[in-house]
Amino acid sequence: MAFSILSLAEPARSVFERFFFGDGEPLGLFLSLLYGAAIVLFAIVPFVLGLAMIAIWAERKVAGHMQSRLGPNRVGPFGLLQSLADGIKLILKEDLIPGDADRVLFRLAPYVAFAPVFAAFLALPFGPDMIFERHLNSGLFLILAMLSVEAMGVILAGWSSNNKWSVYGAMREACQMISYEIPLGISLIVGVMTVGTLNLADMGRVQGGGLHTWLIFQNPFVFVAFFVYFTASLASNKRAPFDLPESESELVAGYLTEYSGMRWAFFFFAEYAAMFIVGGIQVALFLGAWHDPFGLIGKYHAQFTQYDNVPGLIIVNLIGAGIFVAKASIIVFVQMWLRWTLPRPRIDQVLYACVKVLLPLACVLLLGAALWELLFPSGFGIPWVDYHPFSWIGLTHAVTDHKGNFIAQASALGVAVQLALTLVGLGLFLAILGWIGYAFVTGRSIRKRLTDPEEIVTGEPAAG
Amino acid sequence: MFGMVLAQQNEVAAAVLFYVFAALAAGSSVGVVLSRNIVRMATCLLFTLGAVAALYFLLAAEFLAAVQLVVYAGGTLILIVFGIMLTSKSPFVRLEPRRGEVMAAVVIGAILLAALVAGILAAVNQGLFSGTPIAHDESYPVDRLGQVLLGDFLVPFEIVSVLLLVVMIGAAYLAKARKRS
Repeated sequence: MAFSILSLAEPARSVFERFFFGDGEPLGLFLSLLYGAAIVLFAIVPFVLGLAMIAIWAERKVAGHMQSRLGPNRVGPFGLLQSLADGIKLILKEDLIPGDADRVLFRLAPYVAFAPVFAAFLALPFGPDMIFERHLNSGLFLILAMLSVEAMGVILAGWSSNNKWSVYGAMREACQMISYEIPLGISLIVGVMTVGTLNLADMGRVQGGGLHTWLIFQNPFVFVAFFVYFTASLASNKRAPFDLPESESELVAGYLTEYSGMRWAFFFFAEYAAMFIVGGIQVALFLGAWHDPFGLIGKYHAQFTQYDNVPGLIIVNLIGAGIFVAKASIIVFVQMWLRWTLPRPRIDQVLYACVKVLLPLACVLLLGAALWELLFPSGFGIPWVDYHPFSWIGLTHAVTDHKGNFIAQASALGVAVQLALTLVGLGLFLAILGWIGYAFVTGRSIRKRLTDPEEIVTGEPAAG
Repeated sequence: MFGMVLAQQNEVAAAVLFYVFAALAAGSSVGVVLSRNIVRMATCLLFTLGAVAALYFLLAAEFLAAVQLVVYAGGTLILIVFGIMLTSKSPFVRLEPRRGEVMAAVVIGAILLAALVAGILAAVNQGLFSGTPIAHDESYPVDRLGQVLLGDFLVPFEIVSVLLLVVMIGAAYLAKARKRS
């Protein structure tokens, strides 16, 4: 398959291992355990906790601004230290466990909910060599496994609280999460089938030729599968509009009713970390992972790998990680945006949407993508300089780069659809950005009224 | 010299990891059997399944470990707890097995344990486990697994799919709401 060109002769150690330990044969079990523990302790833990803090601040600011109010703005500039202040408050709260609750399970549930989500960060591809284990041949499936174990923590929390509202919340959550795992998995399979691997590192590498090589533009079926996955991931994260498990207006706080203090904070760490992971999967699989829209990172990474330039590789990796985090943060922002926009459906409507809408749609997409790959393989990873679609005649044609090396099998129709989808996607994105800009500009009068002390004190209704 | 020390450290590390997860699996399964509260039983089962998945990881079978977590810990176990929540009359059901049942269970368990130990010893004596251990960088490629499933093992694959379909239809029929006439 097309992976023959992508699996260049790799040195035995990854770039970061060579940076810390020098060249040599692969690290043995003991050293790689120590190295892995150090990465987790000094890179992943601070990242996850910092991410949760910033996400909580962002949620409150986004919620505020969408409701024509300001959100937290007293503690630190723009309220940035609000999460820190909240954390301190939560740690100092009294440790309450309901009298008749199952004490062991009550204490255990936040950890069973948070630990798998934290472990899923190990499989996310932050950069071309910034993956915890680059040979993780089933990385995507592992993330799915971790997200399914999280459901158990929520159920334990609801059950062990000895509270009717908690049990109802836990039951609804179980229903919702396990039924939405099916369209979630099938829509991911659509993307996996197009690339041919579950390894998230390889999936990212394949999308390195520029905007048109991002997997979402490969196929009309993968394009729709992205939106199916986005919807299903909202439900599996218990995120609005599917936030029935913690529906504030109905169930007090659902499965979280009896939790307070740091245990409550753990559930919210788990929720925001899961939002980032789900955004990370979408970015890695559909939106080009760590690549910029111009294909520069792919080009420079290949160049530095060829000339074995370790400092250059590290810089490229760090820039790629920044791009990955930025894209995943945009998806997290869209999830927050949807929460404060859409109303909440009933549980039977939620399950109807899953079983009667998303599941048949996902199955149709699976069949369609399989047929498309059979009939019109469009080849992936072809960079801009080697694109000569008008010279390809016939149903499939071997594409070579400007040096004459074989790149991929491609068909002209597939490539044409790919480019058309790229234009459609770019157009949609720019249209949404334009709409946001227009709203921003016309909302000036509201913002002025909110922040101008003169107008607030007078109490007269301001014009506009 | 340093290489030899490192090799020993690798073996020690591998052994420590195996014993930790094996102890967790054994301890949790003892907890499943001995606990009286049914939800605590389910939680111990969660830890057992997780420890077995970790053992699969140690054998470089990461796809199988992920499948174990998705199917067992994230599916079967949740459905078991779901069933408990829907059918139990009080929140904390206590199970009190009769003495006769406990005796029968101990006898059968001892017989099965003896058979298992005898089988493992016989296999080790015949040299079935003397193959080279898998290097920790390699793992079974998932696409090869797919090719094997749809190639060499196509008939069992299709039979299992028909079986799953029959099970789903049977479960849907049994769970159907009956009209009160």
